[in-house]
Amino acid sequence: MDKIIALAFAGFIAENVILSQFLGICPFLGVSKKRSSALGMGFAVLFVMLISSMVTYVLYRYVLETLNIEYMRTIVFILVIASLVQMVETFIKKVSPALYKALGIYLPLITTNCAVLGVAILNISKDHNFLGTVVYTTAIGLGFIFVMFIFSMLREKINNAPVPKAFQGIPIALVVAAILAILFSRFGGII
Amino acid sequence: MTKKENLLKGLVKENPLFVSVLGMCPSLAVTTSLENALGMGIGVFFVLVLSNFTVSLIMSSPKLAELVKPVRIPVYIVIIATLVSVVEMLMHAFLIDLYNALGVFIPLIVVNCIILGRAEAFASENKPVDSVLDGIGMALGFTAAISLISIFREFIGKGTITVWGDAVLNLKFIFNFLNIEPISMFVQPVGAFLSFGLILATLTAIGNKRKEKMAKGVKANG
Repeated sequence: MDKIIALAFAGFIAENVILSQFLGICPFLGVSKKRSSALGMGFAVLFVMLISSMVTYVLYRYVLETLNIEYMRTIVFILVIASLVQMVETFIKKVSPALYKALGIYLPLITTNCAVLGVAILNISKDHNFLGTVVYTTAIGLGFIFVMFIFSMLREKINNAPVPKAFQGIPIALVVAAILAILFSRFGGII
Repeated sequence: MTKKENLLKGLVKENPLFVSVLGMCPSLAVTTSLENALGMGIGVFFVLVLSNFTVSLIMSSPKLAELVKPVRIPVYIVIIATLVSVVEMLMHAFLIDLYNALGVFIPLIVVNCIILGRAEAFASENKPVDSVLDGIGMALGFTAAISLISIFREFIGKGTITVWGDAVLNLKFIFNFLNIEPISMFVQPVGAFLSFGLILATLTAIGNKRKEKMAKGVKANG
């Protein structure tokens, strides 16, 4: 139990995807200009990440490992993620048009979100078991949403601030992210 | 566009990292030392040049292009993923230290936006030779950019510059001379964001100055 809690905490704060592992920087900078879009992207990523981690875990442990073709990992994982994204998109479109409208534009972007592939690979290389995979991935996804949410609020404020011309846009966003990263790296000391 | 322009545009004018701001994740993560940045550069170079070549070869035959067009993104991804797996295996076999240092970021070359971006934006519409030149230019531009960031980070963070293996440039004497310690924060995640932001702002400032100058020059001439 202790291990699971530690894993969850590590995924959420100490090993935060964005601020300490640098995964998913593109959506972090691209869709964090508004709070609503940041949250939409966050939940879409959590959803796809969780499903794809479980599927890739099972595929890796029971298919690739038994057939001794671990070197196919990258190709298999990216194909799983790409087709999952497509499936999730079709599924949501059918079941809940409202949700589709909210998430729609973010879904195709998730295929090339390195956080999704990154977490799937990390779960394998860190030797998590199935429960560990689920817990760690959920924590990572929630951490992603959490940071996206904080960052989008900060960016809404920055928009109205007098930023020097050379820093406008991405440079100031990166400097703000650096300050956020200091906070998060210190939280890591708790465990 | 001439062949030379195709090759050179990736270096400065359309630099994938500093101008298009693509491929951010690896450029923040692996820039803790120059060696890692160069290793990443080699991986991206190999994948980008070959994927550009393969994609343009497929798309320049009209019959294949028609077949591939509706499913081109998955096809590109499979091509790229195959090349990345090759790089991963080669690095594991011959450069094990680098393989361990780069870790998860080697397989993640698959989702590096630069590679898919060049396949879609350039290689699918140009001849193989031009696409290879474009790939070389873009990969060199990317490598130069991450090398710049890593030199900045490693120098301020550790006072050294690791070129490759044991070839380490020790510049601690500068810090001793100034009577300060290296700021280790710069080799930590915090420093990645901060350095990238500062370098990008500096380059933007230089770019703005140049534009002003050019605008003035045009006025003076006109």
